[in-house]
Amino acid sequence: MSGRYVLRRLGRCVFVLFGVTLLAFVVSRLKGDPVLLMVQPGATAADIEAMRRSLGLDGPLWLQFARFVGGALRGNLGMSIWQGQNVTSLLLERVPFTLRLSSLAILVVVAAGIPAGIVAARSRGGAWDQAIVAGAVAGQALPTFWVGLMLIYLFAVDWRLLPSFGAGDWRHLVMPVATLSLFSLARVTRLVRSSMLEVLGQDYIRTARAKGLATRRLLFRHALRNSLLPIVTLVGLEYGVALGGSVITETIFALPGVGGLAVQAIFNRDFPLIQAVVLFTAAVFVVVNFLVDMVYLAIDPRVQYT
Amino acid sequence: MSADLSTPPPQPGAEVALGADGAVFPRRAWRRRGGSLGAGASLTFLALLAAATIVAPRLGLPDPNATDLTRAMLTPAWLSGAGRHAILGTDPLGRDVLSRLVYGGRISLLVGFSTALIAGVLGIAAGLVSGYYGGFADTVLMSLADVQLGVPVILLMLGVIAVVGPGVWNLIAVLGITGWVLFARITRSEVLALRATAFVEVARSTGATHARVLWKHVLPNVVQSSIVLATFTVPQMILTEAALSFLGLGVQPPTATWGSMIADGRRYLLVGVWWPTFFPGVMLFGTVMSINLVGDWLRLRLDPRSR
Repeated sequence: MSGRYVLRRLGRCVFVLFGVTLLAFVVSRLKGDPVLLMVQPGATAADIEAMRRSLGLDGPLWLQFARFVGGALRGNLGMSIWQGQNVTSLLLERVPFTLRLSSLAILVVVAAGIPAGIVAARSRGGAWDQAIVAGAVAGQALPTFWVGLMLIYLFAVDWRLLPSFGAGDWRHLVMPVATLSLFSLARVTRLVRSSMLEVLGQDYIRTARAKGLATRRLLFRHALRNSLLPIVTLVGLEYGVALGGSVITETIFALPGVGGLAVQAIFNRDFPLIQAVVLFTAAVFVVVNFLVDMVYLAIDPRVQYT
Repeated sequence: MSADLSTPPPQPGAEVALGADGAVFPRRAWRRRGGSLGAGASLTFLALLAAATIVAPRLGLPDPNATDLTRAMLTPAWLSGAGRHAILGTDPLGRDVLSRLVYGGRISLLVGFSTALIAGVLGIAAGLVSGYYGGFADTVLMSLADVQLGVPVILLMLGVIAVVGPGVWNLIAVLGITGWVLFARITRSEVLALRATAFVEVARSTGATHARVLWKHVLPNVVQSSIVLATFTVPQMILTEAALSFLGLGVQPPTATWGSMIADGRRYLLVGVWWPTFFPGVMLFGTVMSINLVGDWLRLRLDPRSR
């Protein structure tokens, strides 16, 4: 039954998270001693030793890793060097904003991409199809950070319609959400279109049409439902794209989220903070993909999961 | 992650359509004509760009890094008649935008193609080993792939660059090495399918070594998918380089790159100086779209299922 499948998927999630933790640990030691990357220029040997101890970076490697994992499990990801504050609380302040921003972006992607893809598939080769495909091809090639800046120029500087940066009411979110959703929107639209076209070519669609089914019912009842699977997968992946994209978007629009925090952490050589952001993002991504698999379980009666 | 991640980037390619009248009929001819037209224009654009970046020193352009504050923020020539040396205007430090665009193109093309090559070679090698030998190597490699895909690419980059430092060679190494995953997965799945066919078995039974079978019989049959994948990897790499350089974590100043040009001009957008930011974005867009269109065309030509 599906219970075992769910358990196996959960085990996989834990494995990936453990792997990401190990990866973060290894990456921070690519150049040898991570403490030397973080100390201020001109620090004495005693300063370095003090920092090493306070960060838990003394002792053998396996012990350091065990400490890190142990701390992470208890929700303690260490102290921020730059802010002198617990990394977890620093992160938690910023998490709601980023989750809201990326969820809104994904909502836009789904709400606009699925109808656009259906319209395009419905009129294959026609004017609507060509316009939508052209728009999607262009959308996939536009550098998002540049689009964000051009939006600022047009809407904030030239036309003075929207605030150019910072957080506040909904008007502060219009341009960031547009910027963040653009690339994924293009990709999802193309997938919905091709997925629909594939299903529309199946024999059972021909049969449904032959028995005189209305086009609307044919599109939504028969075709869309059967083309949903790859779309659900892609939307899950696009959530990861949106989380990564928040690094750029939050920097451009000076927004108080995790992505902007990551960039500041790097410029301040704050490794515990960078590690925390990477782990957090991976955790969200893993959870989203787990949910995608569960949605599969719910909407795909064909596959037997064991 | 689940195996779902191995799905290659979705593209339209179904060969049968529901027409406006609801009839089911093939549309191959339309599709192929449309595809190759865009591909032709794209190849022309890319050839011109590549040629310009190669002969850049002989084009008579101003030094891309020469600053001249007396000539700062000149508007593009057709708006102001500012003179023949600032066709696309100058940036806030008085550097010539056109010249920086051409030199920046060098970095974009270099990074895009070299990283895709590194990623392709590493990924194909890993995929061959993983798919052909299976067992422990397969488990380790595919687990590593799963873990790496658990972190969004840009964050992975940020983390690694924070340690190894920015710069064009570091960037190429990091992007190239971390790009292996999709190549490995696609190669592995094809090797698995191929291993079950008769001709690999025949080759083995006539006394060919594993290495020879892999090199002579398996590789030529699986490399095609990676070539198609590479045409979608190059533009992704170009965009990632631009994004990292934009954040100040990629290629370092004063070297001109499209990403860093956008970053440099950014603050002056607020006072209406749009050209130092606008043109590099247009170049990125044109380059990425051209390579994408060539890739679409190539995929349609090479993939027997979409013919």
